[in-house]
Amino acid sequence: MINVLLFAQLKDELGKETVSIEGNGMSVAQLKGKMKVDFQLEGLETVMTAVNEEFADDDTILSDGDTVAFIPPVSGG
Amino acid sequence: MNYNISKEPIVIQEVIDKVVSRNAGAVTTFIGTVREMTKGKKTLFLIYEAYVPMANKKLEQIGAEIKERWPDAETAITHRVGKLEITDIAVVIAVSTPHRNDAYEANRYAIERIKEIVPIWKKEHWEDGETWVGNQLETVPYPSGKPEEGDIDD
Repeated sequence: MINVLLFAQLKDELGKETVSIEGNGMSVAQLKGKMKVDFQLEGLETVMTAVNEEFADDDTILSDGDTVAFIPPVSGG
Repeated sequence: MNYNISKEPIVIQEVIDKVVSRNAGAVTTFIGTVREMTKGKKTLFLIYEAYVPMANKKLEQIGAEIKERWPDAETAITHRVGKLEITDIAVVIAVSTPHRNDAYEANRYAIERIKEIVPIWKKEHWEDGETWVGNQLETVPYPSGKPEEGDIDD
């Protein structure tokens, strides 16, 4: 299973901050597509992604146990 | 720990103390505070949220980038999370260097990088609603899904 973390507007949209997804072998782009279909989650095209706490490309391949965080445009400071 | 995400109010002096050095001729501090009016709109309060373990790593990365550019610099950053009222302190950055110019420049570099790569978000609560604020740099947010090489390394 892939542990998916959601923040800011994505968390509000989904109503929770973590979900587990069957996604071993999927790319980040495929996971985004699945999240869009399964949860009607919009706006994933424009967010950054972190895999295991490091920024990752859309073509990064995921393995069971990975933690994926979708990171909307940041606004710290 | 020179890089922290804090649920408690930030004590400015504690951040400064982390960069005190016998080599330093200058310490600059940047104190980011919660502003009431933005383009005519009145903020009531803010909620800051962070992906804490990654935010800590990215603050450390900023410290490492500063060390590459200004090898004698010492940096400490604390960013607050939770509910903040108007005038509350959201972030404190302290940088010490042997000479003042580097301390100013390195400190400026740190705040700009925070706004690019550190996973922290603020939700503005106005009189008439609330919104997560993003894209403060007013650029297209990462069309490739992550910051470009230049965004991360420069």
